[in-house]
This record gives sequence, C-alpha cells and structure tokens, in this order.
Amino acid sequence: MKFSYFLARRLLYTILVLLGLSILIFVIARTLPGDPARLALGPFASKEQIENLRREMEMDKPLPVQYWTYITGIFRGDFGLSFQTRRNVALDIAHYLPATVELVLVSILWVLLLGVPLGVMAARYKDRWPDNAVRVLAFVGVAVPPFVVGLVLQLIFSYLLGILPTTGRLGLMTAAPVRYTGLLIVDSLITGNFSALGDALSHIILPSFAIAMTGIGQIARLTRGSMSDVASQDYIEASRGFGIPNRVVAFKYMLKPASIPPLTVLGLTFASELSNAFLVETVFAWPGMAKYGIRAILRKDFNAVMGVVLIIGLAFVVVNLIVDILSGYIDPRIRKRQEEA
Amino acid sequence: MMPSDQHAPRKREDARWAAFRDRLGRGWYKFSRNRISLIGGAMVLFFVFLASFAHFVTPYPHHAGAYTDFMNAFKPPSAAHWFGTDSLGADVLTRIIFGSQISFMLAGVVLGISVPFGVFLGLLAGYIGGKTETIIMRITDIFLSLPALVMALAICAAFTPSIDKAMLAVASIWWTWHCRLVHGITRSIKTEEFVQASRVLGASHLRIIFRDILPNCASPIIVKITLDAGFVILVGAGLSFLGLGAQPPAEDLGTMISIGSKYLPERWWMTVFPSLAIFLIILGFNLLGDGLRDALAVEEGV
Amino acid sequence: MAERSLLLDVRNLHVQFRVYEGISRVLDGVSLQVREGERVGLVGETGCGKTVAMKAAMGILKSPPAQFPTGEVFLAGKDVLKMSPTEILAMKGKIIAMIFQDPLSSLNPVFTVGQQIVDVIRYGRRRAGDGRRPARATLRRTAVEALESVRLPDPERMLKMYPLELSGGMRQRALIAMALVNRPRLLVADEPGTALDVTIQAQILELLKGLAREAQIAILMITHDLGVVREIAERVYIMYAGQIAETGRAKAILDAPEHPYTRGLVASVPRLTGEVLAEGIPGTVPDYTEAPPGCRFHPRCDHRMDVCEKRKPLPVETAAGRHVACYLYGGETHA
Repeated sequence: MKFSYFLARRLLYTILVLLGLSILIFVIARTLPGDPARLALGPFASKEQIENLRREMEMDKPLPVQYWTYITGIFRGDFGLSFQTRRNVALDIAHYLPATVELVLVSILWVLLLGVPLGVMAARYKDRWPDNAVRVLAFVGVAVPPFVVGLVLQLIFSYLLGILPTTGRLGLMTAAPVRYTGLLIVDSLITGNFSALGDALSHIILPSFAIAMTGIGQIARLTRGSMSDVASQDYIEASRGFGIPNRVVAFKYMLKPASIPPLTVLGLTFASELSNAFLVETVFAWPGMAKYGIRAILRKDFNAVMGVVLIIGLAFVVVNLIVDILSGYIDPRIRKRQEEA
Repeated sequence: MMPSDQHAPRKREDARWAAFRDRLGRGWYKFSRNRISLIGGAMVLFFVFLASFAHFVTPYPHHAGAYTDFMNAFKPPSAAHWFGTDSLGADVLTRIIFGSQISFMLAGVVLGISVPFGVFLGLLAGYIGGKTETIIMRITDIFLSLPALVMALAICAAFTPSIDKAMLAVASIWWTWHCRLVHGITRSIKTEEFVQASRVLGASHLRIIFRDILPNCASPIIVKITLDAGFVILVGAGLSFLGLGAQPPAEDLGTMISIGSKYLPERWWMTVFPSLAIFLIILGFNLLGDGLRDALAVEEGV
Repeated sequence: MAERSLLLDVRNLHVQFRVYEGISRVLDGVSLQVREGERVGLVGETGCGKTVAMKAAMGILKSPPAQFPTGEVFLAGKDVLKMSPTEILAMKGKIIAMIFQDPLSSLNPVFTVGQQIVDVIRYGRRRAGDGRRPARATLRRTAVEALESVRLPDPERMLKMYPLELSGGMRQRALIAMALVNRPRLLVADEPGTALDVTIQAQILELLKGLAREAQIAILMITHDLGVVREIAERVYIMYAGQIAETGRAKAILDAPEHPYTRGLVASVPRLTGEVLAEGIPGTVPDYTEAPPGCRFHPRCDHRMDVCEKRKPLPVETAAGRHVACYLYGGETHA
C-alpha cells in the first residue's frame, strides 16, 4: 500500500519535471536568435516563401499558444513537423531510436560484465597490484573523451588489424533482417538470420565499448569502494566470527549491501552513456538518434531538437525511477526511507 | 558579561585556526603520501604552465590562429615538427599548446560563473527552506533531467556555434551540481545542535552561514571544482568535436581531433597528439581531485 | 575446586599499530586465562585495549596494521597467532564465538534474520564434518529452536524479518542465538548491553547466565560496567591502558579492591546508601604512541613511587587466586 503511494508520487513528480524541461527547451528554442525558417529554406529563399513556412509552422502565434499546441500534440503523438524531413518528428524518432537503444543497451552490458567484477577484484586485492591496475584503468576510462576512445579503437581494430568494421550497423553486402523491434540483434535472432546476427555483432562491438569506457571506470571504482567499505563493517566481521566461510561472506554477504551504491549510480552511468552515444555515433556513423539530433541542432530544426530532448529526458527519468525501485527492493533501509518520505 | 568573555571569542578564533592548520598538515601528509595525486598535481601544473607561457614555449607561436602554409601541410612528425603539421600546414605541437589555453579558459569561465551562482542558490535553498527551497530545487531538477552534454547541446541549438556560446551553455547548467551539493550540506548542518545553540546565543543568520556552514562546504567544493575542471573540459571538447564549440581556424583541441579524424589512418598524428593532450589534461585534474578528496576526507560521490 | 581445563590462555601479549603519529603500543604484556565453563570478566575503561585483546585472541585482528612483537595466545591448546586462516576458520563458531556491542551494526541489514542464522547453522554443520547437505527444513527447524532458546517471541515470524524491524533487545537475543547455535565452548561478549536500555541489559545478562549454565559454555564478558561484573562474573581481570592491573574472584575484588586503579573505579560508582559521594579518577587514558614507561597508571596514581615509572610491575599474589600488579604490594621488577 505505502509503496504504490510512493510510486504514484514519483510518477507525478517525473511528469512535472519533464513538463518543466519541455518549457525550458521550448523557450530557449523559440525566443533566441536565429531564424529557423530561413535556415531551412536556404539563403536563396524569397521573403514570401519564408513567411509561408513560418505560418505553416505556426511561428507567428504568441509563445504560450505555440507551447500549448505543441504539448497537446505530444499527447496525441504529434511531435510537430521536422523542418528537414517534413514529416512528423515522432516518425523520425521511431526510425532512429532503436539503433541508439541497441547501442546503449549493449554498452550497459559491458559496464556490468566488466565493471563489477573488476571492482570486486580490486577490493579483494586491496592496495596490491590488481587494485592499482583497476584504479589506473578507471582513471583512464573516466578521463578519455569517448570520441577519442572510438577513434583509437577504430584505428587499432579496423585500420591496423582489419578485424572489425569501421562504421555503420551492418555491412553493405549483408541483408538486413525483417524489422520487428528495430534492434538488429533481436530481430536477426527472431528470424534466424545468423549471418546478419554475426555482422550486426561485429559492428556493435567497437562503438558500444567506446561508450562503455566511462561507465566501466565509474562502476569499477564505486564497486571497489563500496566493497571495501562493506568489508570493514562490523556485520561482516561478525559473520566471519560466526564461522561463515570467506567465499560465502564475500559473494553473498558483502556483495549484496555493496551493490547498492553502484546501483544508485547506474542512473548517472546511463546518463553518461547517453551523452557518450552522441559523440560515438558520430565517429562510427551510427544511424541513431544522436546523428539525427546533431543534424537537427546544426540546422536549427527545433521540433526535431525538442523531440530528441524530450525522449532522452523521458528515458533518463524512467531509468532513474527503475533504479530507485530496485534499490528499495534490495535494501530494506532504503525502502523504509522511501515509505516515510 | 564577565571580563573573561572578551578573550573567549579570541580563543575560539585561535582554536579554529589551529584546527585548520592541523587539518591542512594532516591533509598534506595524506596527500603527499599518495603518489597518484602528486602526479596529478604535477601534470596540472605542467600543462597550466605551458598554456600560460604558450607564446614563449612553443616553437612556432605564429602558427596559432589563422595560419596557412599549404607547402608545409601534412608533414609527419620530424625534428622540425615534433608532432607533425596539419591540413593547413601549421605545427601541431604549437596548436595543441595554444589549444589547451582555450580548454583552461573554458574551465575557468564556466566554473567562475557557475560555482558562485550555484553555491549562493544552494545556501539560499538549504538555509531558508520552504517555498524558496522547493522552487530552487525543482529548477535544479529540471536542469539535471538531462545528461550534461545533451543539455548543453540543446542550449547550443539556439545559437550559432561559437566558443563563447558553448561556454555560456555549459555554465548555465553547471551551477546545478554545486547548488545541490551546498544545499545538502546546508540542510544537514542547519539541523545540527551546535547551530541551534548558536541561534539561542543570538548569532545572526549571516554569522551562522559564514562561521558554521561555509567552512564545512569548503572541502567538498574544492574537490568538486578540481574534478569539474576536467569534466568541463571533456564536455567542451565533445561540443567542439561535434562542431558546436570553437570554430576553425581556432585551435581548440576538440576541433583539431574532429578535423584530424577525417584523415585517419594515414595522417594519424593530426588526431593522436591532440587526443593525447586532452586526455592527459583531464587525467591530471581527475588525479588531483581524487587526491584532494582523500586528503581532505570528503566522501565519494562528490 | 577441581581444576577445569584451560580454554583460553593469553601469555604476555604485546600488540602495536603503525599510525600517523608513530607506533601505538596498545597492549603491553597482557596475560589472562579462561577455563571451561567459567564466567570471567574483563573490565576497563573505553580505550584500554580490551577489544583489541579479544580480537587478537579470536584471530580476527587484521595483521598489516596490527603487529605482534611478543606473546602467545592459546585457544584450546593451539597457538592462535601462528594458525593458518583455514584453521582459524575451523575454530570459529565451534570453539569460540563473539558478540559485539551494537547489535544493529552486527547484523547484515540487507538479509533477514532467518537467512543469516540459517547460514551460520549450515556452515557450522559442514565444518563439523557432516558431509551431507542438510535439508532446508532441518536448518529451519534448528534456527527456530535457536531463537526459542533465547526466548524470542514468535520465532517462525522472526525468521522473515529484517534487522531494522526488530528492537535492540530482540536483535541482541538473535545475535546470541547465532553465536551459540553451533555450541561453542567459549563465548566472548563485548559489552553486550551498552547499546540497550538498562532493563533490557539485565534480561540479556540473565539469559547469558542461564545459557552458560545449561550448556557449560565459558563466557568472557568484556565491560566497563562494574554492575555487570558483579552480576555475571565469577572471576575478573581489571585492565588499564593495555596492562592487567589486578585479577581475582569478582566479589573479592569489588568488595576490597587492592590496585589503586581498581580502587578508583569502585569509588567512582555512585551508591544508593552512605554519605560518600562518587569520585572520579583525575587524568585521562594515555596516548598509546607515547605511553608512560613502567606502570602505565603511575601519572594518575596517588601512591606512585619512583620505581613505578622505571619498570612495569609483575603480578604479586596477595591471596589464593588473587594477583595485583603494583609495587605497593612488593613484587620483583621486570628484568
């Protein structure tokens, strides 16, 4: 009972924040200098053409009215028309989103499968060479700009060694699988198209790893820190004192409480993955939201920019909500705090 | 009021100073024992030095800015040009050092604007509470609802790409982190007993803020600023890489990498050396910030 | 009195730590013994090194910061300081178990009481050589019985609860259950009632006494509270700043303390009758990086003599089973 109340309040709050975000971006986009209609039509457009476009885009109406039309449109699924593609931004996003989703999901896999074990190992061998090695790795991971990682990976694996492709999601010769979800890996598995699967996998390795570097560093360090914090706790000493063997203590009694801080940071890791995606998609010419979004920004296609921003904002707050729920599920202390708040 | 009370505030000052000096001493002890943070500090000092005296340190200071010499373009690293030359014929090493100036300037401007602003708002929100707090923190939440880079991109969307617009964009979101940090600290200290005791003794709000709250914020803020410097430079490089920050022919590191990436893999030096430079600068700040965090005993998560 | 066999034998133990300010010599030649089925108290102020001594005895003192320049610790005849980690592990729960001061911090917050106690039982069984995997139902039954033995209400329900849902007294009882479920021969209790209300503390002490009598478990009670000592200990060691000041039968020491420190301790306990007000002992516990030479109590002692700061006094037997380490009672000096 109490938990669903907490959930409802969080959802309401989330919606409010998103609305606030939409207002913020809308205001920035519409009130600041630069004439998008002129930009969209190019320098040779006549004044009349520009005026027509402005009327078509409803840019002559007062700001709050524009906003209202926009917001009500959102709830109908109408994200406005893109200046460039002249179709509903929602369609554009639906087209480009799966590529980015797939990329980010695989990156998160990297972060969990590499970051956590590295952190555990570092805590286990605290202050000895594995700990220092992981520490160095973590520092490097956080300090290297993701686009640099992408370029370096490209340089080594594509150009020098030639074992992995440079750009794109699929090779030019490979037939794409039938589109169910838009996620190539899933689609090719469903349809049994294994050559496409292999190709898709080989294409996604480098960019997803480039995106994951920051996250791996963050999670490894955090896991190491929280593992070593938990290790010095009284209850761990007590459970050892009761004769529970070290391996059980480590993997069960230390890991569970130690996983809370990394879990809470997962939301932030997801944020950095999204940011990194923008940079890495450019390096690997990945046909995803980032590419679409950046083009929209350079061409001042405001509806497209708003659409991208809102979707990313939505994804971000949803992920944070999931992380909060999971934390409450694992740690009863957090659950209590949530119910009391 | 008894005559001895006149000495009491004095003694408190001395005691505070002694405690502060002791803390500094301990902090330095811990810091200097940590090899990694010393390396970070050295790196930062080195790069700042290079950037500050760029004019005197670089071999071809006139290559900065809009310089073209197509005869000399695309030369690989050699004795004359340690890092080779770029597509316009300028010495890469020189441009990297001048480019780091832009990075440091970015960090300085962004943090110089956003930190005081954020700290002020955080204090306000944490101390006054009530409606003010709610409004400020909700606005903070809105700004934080997007990852930093994405938010900066969205703001840059409204302007024509240029370095100062990029700085403005990043500064306009950065204050939120410091606001949150200071707000949290203020709130937790405000409820401590010694603050209530001060109030009972008649201390004014300002006094409490300056005497009790701000000193406790000092360490986390210092650590955060150091780490932020690296992160701001990272975001700035990302923006330039995407074409939204410094525009060519300015020698921003991100822009250099973006241009250089078109010439991979044959003319690798145009990409590799600026990448190395920016990596080392960011790494230096991260190591330094981490060491400070250890030395000043601030918790992780800052 | 038949001599019961020696369970814990600490001989001239020195323990020190490397810190910022130098070397902290916490334990300076501590010797104490606990026999089978005995109830022994270890008394001293906060910071006198009692917990360090006990952790060393259990083999859970982490060795890089801690150093053991001299001394030995024998548990059931085996030298703890020389044992391998596996041997130490085999001892835990079976020979020696420890409960800490704060029951909340001793229980893992993210697991239920049931999960934790079942694991203690399971791994205790395994080490006892019971090769077969014990059935879930058996483990559960043993857990419930253990919780019943410490008089916890509704043990079935308690298995599913998290530590933060229990009261302090209930947590402490659960901890005692966990400590005793594998029937150790020695239970070390580190100030088990300090974090609790006085009435609850009294109940816990009664519980411990009863359990010890029923199951013939020796108890080493570490405390700073003389009331607790009077309640539960047969023999007692008085400890100050890493040195044993006095030892003997609890009643005898509390009624007629001999060492100046013990006298000060007893005098500082407020009494309900009589006109003498409680007095404290002037001064503070020394800094272990610059511990006073000789008898560490001498700076605070009203009866100090020149020899007190030169060499540490050896224990002198002033009565049967009673030893005092103080030059007031004569005694040879350290070589």
